[in-house]
Amino acid sequence: MIIKKLLTRNSGLIQPSEITDQKIYLSRRKFIGTATRASAAIAAGMVMPGLLRNSHAATSLSVKKLSNIRKSALSTQEPQTPYGDVTIYNNFYEFGTDKDQPAQHAHSLKTRPWTVVVEGEIKRPKTYDIDTLLKLAPLEERIYRLRCVEGWSMVIPWIGFPLSALIKQVEPTANAKFIEFTTLHDPKQMPGQRSGVLEWPYVEGLRIDEAMHPLAILAVGLYGEVLPNQNGAPIRLVVPWKYGFKSIKSIVKIRFIEKATASSWMKAGPHEYGYFANVNPAVDHPRWSQAKERRIGEFLKRDTLPFNGYADQVADMYAGLDLNRFF
Amino acid sequence: MQHMQYSPAIKGALFFACLIPLGRLVWFGLHNQLGTNPIEFITHSTGTWTLNFLLITLCITPLRQLSGWSWLIKLRRMVGLYAFFYACLHFITYIWLDQFFDVAAIIKDVIKRPFITVGFAAFILLIPLALTSTHAMLKKLGGKRWQSLHRLIYLIAILGVLHFWWLVKKDITEPLIYAVILASLLGYRVINSNSR
Ligand code: HEM
Repeated sequence: MIIKKLLTRNSGLIQPSEITDQKIYLSRRKFIGTATRASAAIAAGMVMPGLLRNSHAATSLSVKKLSNIRKSALSTQEPQTPYGDVTIYNNFYEFGTDKDQPAQHAHSLKTRPWTVVVEGEIKRPKTYDIDTLLKLAPLEERIYRLRCVEGWSMVIPWIGFPLSALIKQVEPTANAKFIEFTTLHDPKQMPGQRSGVLEWPYVEGLRIDEAMHPLAILAVGLYGEVLPNQNGAPIRLVVPWKYGFKSIKSIVKIRFIEKATASSWMKAGPHEYGYFANVNPAVDHPRWSQAKERRIGEFLKRDTLPFNGYADQVADMYAGLDLNRFF
Repeated sequence: MQHMQYSPAIKGALFFACLIPLGRLVWFGLHNQLGTNPIEFITHSTGTWTLNFLLITLCITPLRQLSGWSWLIKLRRMVGLYAFFYACLHFITYIWLDQFFDVAAIIKDVIKRPFITVGFAAFILLIPLALTSTHAMLKKLGGKRWQSLHRLIYLIAILGVLHFWWLVKKDITEPLIYAVILASLLGYRVINSNSR
């Protein structure tokens, strides 16, 4: 009863704030609210994931809206995967290897203060504060397909800006051939890093022309809101023509380099994961087929498209490259 | 506990208890609680329970010998058949929900994917054991032949664990736990037969 009163504004004639000192009331209200919501969400998620899936409202209380978002011609018109699926079914090994673990554990990630070091072969190295990055370029909605290397896919309305906007600002030198991205490494915030399942920190890379491609974005939100922690807050890469693991999350460092470095998954399984990791139905993962995928929410599998359906835009970059060797 | 006696009620209760994993799946299905990727959920659940029942079957002999409850043997056939039952559900899930009867893709999978190959081998090997599980078949084959045939269960369990090991992307914690349990159950038998 008390909790209910504290949670609902103007619920009765007597305001809880009239009984309790305003400041204590506010902080208590915030605490109880967060605690109740968090435990309710976790309990609901554990007992019945279906419930959370369809009730965006259950989680939206704690997230922030982003404003002044432009639409983009690069967005797909396909039906979008429900918010509840996008935010509860995640591969983010920093918070555990089961797909529901990031949503359960990622609350320990602190996204403020947050800085991103941009360094290496550039004329203007700089440590960006996340709030500066958020204003670096106009935010756009990019509705993209996401294809996981495991054989499932989603359609996600990301909010972000072209990676090229950042690259142009820092002025790469002629030696900048590749970009290496690094995720935060802090086992206190990312409990999954206490296990040695991958080499930490998580590292990914792009060739500079790939990074400059208009489809490649730095995402800071989805569904019009600030990125939930389990989706890679506060800032992540999204490269929709590559398998999902290339789209590195919770970035703290962007380094411009002359020679490519091995990514985390390449180190974990050199025969299974390559540097390019372009979605390709013709090149199977050594242990499973990549010819088809299950779009979340659909029953029948659908054919996987070369470059995840973005071949018209990106295939040119790989002309002459043997995609069987450079998978 | 020392003098726990067999009664048909134990077998009846166990029969229904073994249906709980299936009941849970049906309940989740009816209440839209199979999660974001329901087919993956069903595949994993039926696969896990196939392996669980295989290992429970393998527990019965050691448990009987260590506890002296000889009646435990009366439960073994049922648990073994449940392993086969869940294997059938798992296989049907794969053929129907996962591959949707795409025969070409299934054949390719069985040949090309080592984890499917060993899973498939384990499933095929379970069939003769299920077919010869009756008293009549035991009599027909004779105890010795029946027993050597049913030793296939060791191989099946090993293939099952290998199947699990090869299918995980990177985190081998769970298959490792199963491997350790299976190794102890097989190790017990080796030690037991040597010390006789
Ligand atoms: C005795 C036989 C079998 C046993 C003990 C078994 C056991 C398992 C187990 C424990 C899992 C993993 C569950 C998890 O991740 O929680 C699994 C997954 C799976 N099994 Fe089986 N299985 C058997 C036969 C088969 C057969 C015959 C097929 C198909 C021809 C098959 C196809 C699969 C598939 C496709 C997966 C999911 C793979 C993935 O998620 O990537 N299994 N099985």
